[in-house]
Amino acid sequence: MEVKNIKIKGFPNKEFKDTGYLEKYVEELRANGVGIITGVLDDMINWGRSNSLWPLTFATSCCGIEFMAVGAARFDFARFGFEVTRNSPRQADVIIVAGTIVDKMAPILKRLYDQMAEPKYVIAMGSCAISGGPFCNSYCVVNGVDKIIPVDVFVPGCPPKPEALLYGMMQLQRKVKVERFMFKEKDKK
Amino acid sequence: MEAIKQLILATVPDALIEEKIQLTVTVSPEALRPVALALRNDESACFDYLIQLTGVDYGEALGVVYLLSTSLDLSRCLVLKTATTDREQPTLPTVSDIWGTAILNEREVYDFFGIRFIGHPDMRHLFLTERWKGYPLRKDYDASREQNPVNLTSYDMPDTSVKWVSGKNGIKLEKVQLFEDDDYVLNIGPQHPATHGVLHFRTALDGEIIKKIDVNCGYIHRGIEKLCEGLTYPQMLHFTDRLDYLSSHINRHALCLCVEKAAGIEVPRRAEYIRTIMDELTRITSHLLSWACMCMDMGALTAFIYGMRDREKILDIFEQTTGGRLIQNYNVIGGVMADIHPDFVKKVKEFIPYMHKSLREYHQLYTGNVIARDRMIGVGVLEKETAVSYAVSGPVGRASGFHCDLRNIAPYAAYDQVIFKEIIRTEGDSMARYLNRLDEIEQSLSIIDQLIDTIPAGPCCAKTKPIIRLPEGEYFQRVEAARGEFGVYILSKGEKSPWRLKFRSPSMALVSIMDTVCHGAKIADLITIGGSMDYVIPDIDR
Repeated sequence: MEVKNIKIKGFPNKEFKDTGYLEKYVEELRANGVGIITGVLDDMINWGRSNSLWPLTFATSCCGIEFMAVGAARFDFARFGFEVTRNSPRQADVIIVAGTIVDKMAPILKRLYDQMAEPKYVIAMGSCAISGGPFCNSYCVVNGVDKIIPVDVFVPGCPPKPEALLYGMMQLQRKVKVERFMFKEKDKK
Repeated sequence: MEAIKQLILATVPDALIEEKIQLTVTVSPEALRPVALALRNDESACFDYLIQLTGVDYGEALGVVYLLSTSLDLSRCLVLKTATTDREQPTLPTVSDIWGTAILNEREVYDFFGIRFIGHPDMRHLFLTERWKGYPLRKDYDASREQNPVNLTSYDMPDTSVKWVSGKNGIKLEKVQLFEDDDYVLNIGPQHPATHGVLHFRTALDGEIIKKIDVNCGYIHRGIEKLCEGLTYPQMLHFTDRLDYLSSHINRHALCLCVEKAAGIEVPRRAEYIRTIMDELTRITSHLLSWACMCMDMGALTAFIYGMRDREKILDIFEQTTGGRLIQNYNVIGGVMADIHPDFVKKVKEFIPYMHKSLREYHQLYTGNVIARDRMIGVGVLEKETAVSYAVSGPVGRASGFHCDLRNIAPYAAYDQVIFKEIIRTEGDSMARYLNRLDEIEQSLSIIDQLIDTIPAGPCCAKTKPIIRLPEGEYFQRVEAARGEFGVYILSKGEKSPWRLKFRSPSMALVSIMDTVCHGAKIADLITIGGSMDYVIPDIDR
């Protein structure tokens, strides 16, 4: 089956930067070939999932306020399928780590991530979540959440503008759109 | 002044009294409690308001600096100091029974310096966990991460605490039970949408009634004060924006004022006016967000959308001039970073009538709502005495009848040029705190209205050296942030970076009274009370 290019409705593909790894993945899929029935099923599931990624209400500091602004009237991420924030990790698909993670919070973040149901995604929002940001020299700040949990999308900024977060969320949607779940290589074995 | 000196010398004859910027009294640890009690209980002195309590590592000695004020006149200050030379097992007497502020602050000092306060009812770590090694703000602390690596295993939350008591045979340790055996303890937080961040309440319940709240902080303790000790003054400015990010501009203003005053830098009038207008705009954004979130906590999602909608209008004005929406990085030592945008005045003038209209809408939407009134009136009453003892200021303190508006009492920047009303209510319940915020928005609009046409011409920033050295001494600056009194304490030894820098956070006082205010309330009211307090967690943890 022909693997289609990733498409986000209303946004031309060339608007997205830093997508080399996704294009490479698509090429790999094309080279190896995808089964017709499983490919169509995957496309259908991915279409549904990428348009209903519900984030967890999780914020530790300043970025949380910008996250709220993205959820509120002017920016409104519900337009793109991030319909509501969920207060329980068991109902959430994506955790947006908004803010600094310190030593005392690290086990709790790990536990929250573990409580989320698969498939789950992580967006590191702001420089604190990416690398510790302005506090990277501190005695109790974790220098990047990727040391604790795997991160899918990094959104830089201190704090990032709402537009930047929306862009990051769409990048995640693009990633979800090309995923293959049915009969993966390891499942065949 | 003379009367206070007489009072201190009558209590402790060998007290060292110096007249610096503030009257500074140094006493031995044994004499601390008599002096504190005398200052607190004397009718004319009446130092019943402990602004902050700072631990300091002097090198050889470990000390504590108490900054006192009085609820009769907040502009009157007194510095009380004590120190102990024992670095292995440092102990000092507690003052937590004299001033409520000390309860959480002494735990903070124990965290940072390892000073044990004898007689403190709950001597646990506040910000750090029990497994933390060393005391981070001591000068000989080894900051390398080998000692305290990131540990992902869960840690225990013990139900017992310790109390150090001095008896005949020296100091001994007593165990304190935090909860009774048959208490039903409910954990709220650290990941909970209604705690406004990562705060952890352990709530003991009797049915639906709250018996006790044990507050756990430190889930966002970033060690800003230690970081500041290694940076020059202009370098550390950006940390203040990230403390209480909702009143970012005001916090930065405080640190700039403190350094300017100490270094003797004259700020141009234009910069003072711009700063004042920006401060008030920041206050409006903060109160709008707090209104929106409080209503959302009580189930009114529409109010959240309305509040955020109007907040965006101010953020647009900010972005045009400063380039930042939430965190602006606009104040610098000596003035402001850049001049205002040509459209600034026009946009602010358009905003003022718009906000007045919105406020009327808010009152129609929510203030008169029967359910909202039932949930707020008479709930979470804070008495004035408690507010003063725990140093609760800002809209919450003023809702309990405590005159604590520093813009009036100790004017800074251009606040002496404007006339505005200090909003005082005496009910002290959630409704009073809610209404206070909305009324303060109106006053802020009036201040902006008075200043916006009279911004003087001239430069917007004084020329300063890239490296600023403050003369040896102690400096303190207080400003009125959106949540109450924000303070900066700098202990300088003449270097380009401070020896010790402490931020006095208003939110810490707000969270320290939660146990008192919520006692006997229903568990559902905890969310309303928390919303009406409007604490910001990174401001507590720093």
